[in-house]
Amino acid sequence: MTDWRPPLALIGAWLGLLALLALTVTLAYVPLGAGNAVVALTIGTIKAGLVATIFMELWHRRGLTLVFAGAGLFWLGILLYLGSMDFLTRT
Amino acid sequence: MMSDTNYLTTDFTLRSWFLTTDHKRIAILYFASLIVFFFIGGAAATLIRIELATPQADLVSSDVYNRLFTMHGIIMVWFFLIPSIPNTLGNFIVPLMIGARDLAFPRLNLMSWYIFMLGGCTTLFAIFAGGVDTGWTFYTPFSTLYSNSYVIVAAAGVFIAGFSSILTGLNFIVTIHRLRAPGLTWYRLPLFLWSLYATSVILVLATPVLAITLLLMATERFFGVGIFDPRIGGDPLLFQHLFWFYSHPAVYIMILPGMGVINELISCFSRKQVFGYKFVAWCSLAIAAVGFLVWGHHMFVSGQSLVASLVFSFMSFIVAVPSAIKVFNWTATLHKGSIHFDAPMLYALGFIGLFTVGGLTGLFLACLAYDVHATDTYFVVAHFHYIMVGGMVTAYFGGLHYWWPKITGRLYSEYWARTAAVLIFFGFNLTFFPQFILGAEGMPRRYHVYPPEFQVWNVLSSGGATILAVAYLMPLFYLGYSAFFGKRAPANPWDAPGLEWQTSSPPPEHNFTTQPVVTRDPYQYNEAFQAEPQNA
Ligand code: HEM
Ligand SMILES: [Cu+2]
Repeated sequence: MTDWRPPLALIGAWLGLLALLALTVTLAYVPLGAGNAVVALTIGTIKAGLVATIFMELWHRRGLTLVFAGAGLFWLGILLYLGSMDFLTRT
Repeated sequence: MMSDTNYLTTDFTLRSWFLTTDHKRIAILYFASLIVFFFIGGAAATLIRIELATPQADLVSSDVYNRLFTMHGIIMVWFFLIPSIPNTLGNFIVPLMIGARDLAFPRLNLMSWYIFMLGGCTTLFAIFAGGVDTGWTFYTPFSTLYSNSYVIVAAAGVFIAGFSSILTGLNFIVTIHRLRAPGLTWYRLPLFLWSLYATSVILVLATPVLAITLLLMATERFFGVGIFDPRIGGDPLLFQHLFWFYSHPAVYIMILPGMGVINELISCFSRKQVFGYKFVAWCSLAIAAVGFLVWGHHMFVSGQSLVASLVFSFMSFIVAVPSAIKVFNWTATLHKGSIHFDAPMLYALGFIGLFTVGGLTGLFLACLAYDVHATDTYFVVAHFHYIMVGGMVTAYFGGLHYWWPKITGRLYSEYWARTAAVLIFFGFNLTFFPQFILGAEGMPRRYHVYPPEFQVWNVLSSGGATILAVAYLMPLFYLGYSAFFGKRAPANPWDAPGLEWQTSSPPPEHNFTTQPVVTRDPYQYNEAFQAEPQNA
């Protein structure tokens, strides 16, 4: 491992995740109606972004790594698309 | 040639085994562990078949019966079939086949075995502490609300073992990308590696979803959070969607490595290049990709929407195409080949027939109308056993016999090996073919009692299971004997061109004394091969 990163970035990201978790829990108790789901999902997406860029070190942007990360995202899309097809067309 | 130490004799201490990072020794650790799991799962199957020999309940109560088939399924799927070929034969052969010193991450490889054992012991604990009765599928709401058994502990074991799968998949992907010998281009890779590559992609992409699913199930069971229970805001089909999103691809985790082994065996014992190499190679990846689009065929009677069922049914027909291409190509490889009926070849031929029956009956089940009749009957049980046992376990034995001389440096008794191969084929068919008939006649799966008119077929099936059990025990003896007393194997007993045969048997600690360079396509066999290794 040549470019070993000082763990500072990792610790920062971890603290960031914890802060976002606290935010999720707090906001869950604020009645926003349908807004609650939107807020929770937005925070979730930010968390996933933190994990992907910092813990998974995707900012290195090496071709094959990105292909595999993209594949993960694409497969998540399949799960959501085919899965919601059932929920949306149920009679 | 006469370098006297090999990977088995470099060091004899226990420490050198349990802290090894040599892929060959880790493969042996996996072999040993999987034998144990296979026989525990097999013991459960034996009890099931004994109970089913008569229509009444004589051996076990319904509660115990539920625990038996659950234990059988969980152990066989996650602690035998999924790791079977990748972690044993794959671990041993991949670096040798590509001319590398080891896998890309040797320590990760060892860690993967420890994680696997931790998961296995956790699940075994759940089983022996009182068992689980949900079936291997952990369906909600039974698993979350009603089951009074060790659901969370058993699921935790499976969850943990999943990380081992992911690490192995990751290791193979990186190894195949980065460590190929000079000249070993993608289209010169033996097809075993293409299929393990496809398997690894599924392992990495699908296993996390299983982990999430089991975690959600445990969360609902333990904390009562509404995820699957509609009374507290959940969706009752969500569990099945998530579970099968993993588990259908997982059935391809369980068959692709077997298909890979069959390529090696068929070409070696027909002394021919595999017919349509590129098609077979890309079919592995096609199976891996399309296999993710069919999971809803397990949910045709669940209340899933008709639109979704139609799409999943259609996709299930599509996914059979690449498998069929492989079967046709193996058959074409045999055509005008110089065929040798050595033990590994007998297993390979058995595989082709049994896999084909399993695959074709999968198409029956993919038809919406027929599935309504056949679902949850013995027809489904027969379908997947034809593929998983008739296919994958047979391929595992075939590969084991083929590479045995390389792994142990010894030859086995060809006579006993052929006898076992033939017995397995007949025992298998006698066990599972009657189950197609039982299923078509409407006998449901997962009950320990049944109407007396089903007894004939059940007795045949239990009789076949006895033969199968004996046949599966035989290799333990003649291979066990060979490991210690067998005749020494030459480096290349099959006169095969693959890189794994270019080093001594057993290989030295770092596989090759000089870095091999590849200058030709795979499977360049010379037809003249005669020597069949015999153990006098
Ligand atoms: C040729 C492609 C295949 C097709 C079209 C197919 C189709 C199906 C369908 C429709 C079912 C659901 C039946 C029901 O529950 O009503 C099923 C069940 C099953 N299949 Fe296949 N299958 C195929 C290949 C495989 C392979 C390769 C494996 C394993 C290596 C496999 C293992 C299973 C298992 C384990 C089940 C039962 C799961 C359970 O309910 O416990 N199938 N198959
Ligand atoms: Cu399936």
